[in-house]
Amino acid sequence: MSEPLLQLSGVHTHIGPYHILQGVDLTVPKGGVSVLLGRNGAGKSTTLRTIMGLWTASSGSITFQGRDITRMETPAISRSGIAFVPENMGIFTDLTVAENMTLAATKGPIDPKRLAWIQELFPPVRTFWNSSAGTLSGGQKQMLAVSRAIVESRVLILIDEPTKGLAPAIINAMTDALKELKETDTTILLVEQNFAMASSIGDTVAVMDDGRIIHDGDMAEMVADKELQERLMGLSLEAHQ
Amino acid sequence: MSEATIKPRIEKAPLGERMIEKLPVVLVPALAMLGLIAVGNPATWLTLTVAGLAMGLMIFIMASGLTVVFGLMDVINFGHGAFISVGAFVGFTVLIWLGGWTSSPSVFLNLSAVFMAILVAMLATALMGYAFERVIVMPVYGEHLKQILVTMGGLIVAQQLIYVFWGPDEMHVARPESLQGSFVLGEAAVEKYRLVAVGIGVVLFVAMRYVLKSTRIGLLVRAGVENGEMVEALGYRVRRLFLMVFMAGSALAGLGGVMWGLYQETITAHMGQEIMVLVFIVVIIGGLGSVEGCFIGALLVGLLSNYTAFLAPKVALVSTIGLMVIILMWRPQGLYPVVKAK
Repeated sequence: MSEPLLQLSGVHTHIGPYHILQGVDLTVPKGGVSVLLGRNGAGKSTTLRTIMGLWTASSGSITFQGRDITRMETPAISRSGIAFVPENMGIFTDLTVAENMTLAATKGPIDPKRLAWIQELFPPVRTFWNSSAGTLSGGQKQMLAVSRAIVESRVLILIDEPTKGLAPAIINAMTDALKELKETDTTILLVEQNFAMASSIGDTVAVMDDGRIIHDGDMAEMVADKELQERLMGLSLEAHQ
Repeated sequence: MSEATIKPRIEKAPLGERMIEKLPVVLVPALAMLGLIAVGNPATWLTLTVAGLAMGLMIFIMASGLTVVFGLMDVINFGHGAFISVGAFVGFTVLIWLGGWTSSPSVFLNLSAVFMAILVAMLATALMGYAFERVIVMPVYGEHLKQILVTMGGLIVAQQLIYVFWGPDEMHVARPESLQGSFVLGEAAVEKYRLVAVGIGVVLFVAMRYVLKSTRIGLLVRAGVENGEMVEALGYRVRRLFLMVFMAGSALAGLGGVMWGLYQETITAHMGQEIMVLVFIVVIIGGLGSVEGCFIGALLVGLLSNYTAFLAPKVALVSTIGLMVIILMWRPQGLYPVVKAK
């Protein structure tokens, strides 16, 4: 763990009349996978969207690589090296898989070596290269969404629940791919509800509830500490019911 | 990770379902056939069909910009008609300046005059579109009611400005020499200008399809129509893209205005507003945001208007609205519903 890559301090986000983020303090170290856990409605997706500039923080600050990005526009944030895989995957179903990938490559044509590597990670991206993205299954769309985020090397990737609604076999494939991605110098901030998956690849973990971070620490520590898990997950479950 | 875990899951829809998907394309020839049966006389039918196609394609030119503008930024522009009127007035002014060219017997000079008129009109309406978007539309992104009110206001201002610059009277300009009269094919007479209009319309449709399907800008527009937020998250500035599309749409309306004006040979400040009724019908029939749907909708409206004007002039006006009702009962989102991520 070295210097923070991304730092949120005291971030508040309002969506219409709702006060969703109520002072989020979150540090994402450079390298590895940081996991953000929490029940539905805790503010995980809003946190990612606020980082991306899709919602504007009403107060607090977000710094990325030492630069204040709180008030920057989404395209500028994206071009500074942050890729985003939203919860709904954001696939352009009217376009082909190839066209989806082409649009994601903003710096020029796709590097063939990198594309070969991506297609190794996610074979459907090769199989259905010229098919309409709308005909892909949910799991294949999710693979395309992640592929699109890594079509060029990024500093940070925000991934919102990549295993949501997927079959176990596909979750394993996704986990393997993220593990391999972790070996490159890309940092990942992963929102996840599947603790088994999250604990197998996470280095650090933060837990959110009611628009705040309620726990922050190493993943190993949390995996070892059943009581802590019980307390945080139990809390999540209780609140959930 | 084995191939087995990600087995292809594309299933072909049953033949019947796929046929229904393609059905809108068949509607145009089907309507033309129905027209032939109803009209009876093949020569009259040919004349009416060419007239209908010409009218449809001119409406398509005017409507295409509006539908993409709606698709991309959810902006309802009731002021679109202003670009049609202004385009016509600018184009006619150029034609008057080039009076020597239009009255010359040379086909080349005639067409050059029309080309110049179209070019200047498109430039003028593109610039006007720039100002319109920045001043009138930009402050009301995302608010439909305000968009309707404020763009209506923009339309009124534009009409009054036409009075200021060109006076309150309607303007007459005869078509250039070589575009007057008709070709005679057997017993049918086909107006030359209508063929030119069909030609321009088809070329434009093909070009638009090419841009939308095969260029990066086109891909961005289509991606933006479906999910503008994701396009931004990929690093593109959707608002700048939208401004470009708005200007292009305005220029197309200007082109449509010149062509429509030459078709009628008379233009008024209200012509845009009047034709907008048909333009909106076409955009709704086609599916808001869909260029293909708009194309088919425009041809249907053009053909139907001409057939009914011949067969039963009294119902001509209602027929297009009837068509819209029938199509919406069949496909409530229009012929080609546009996928919107929400």
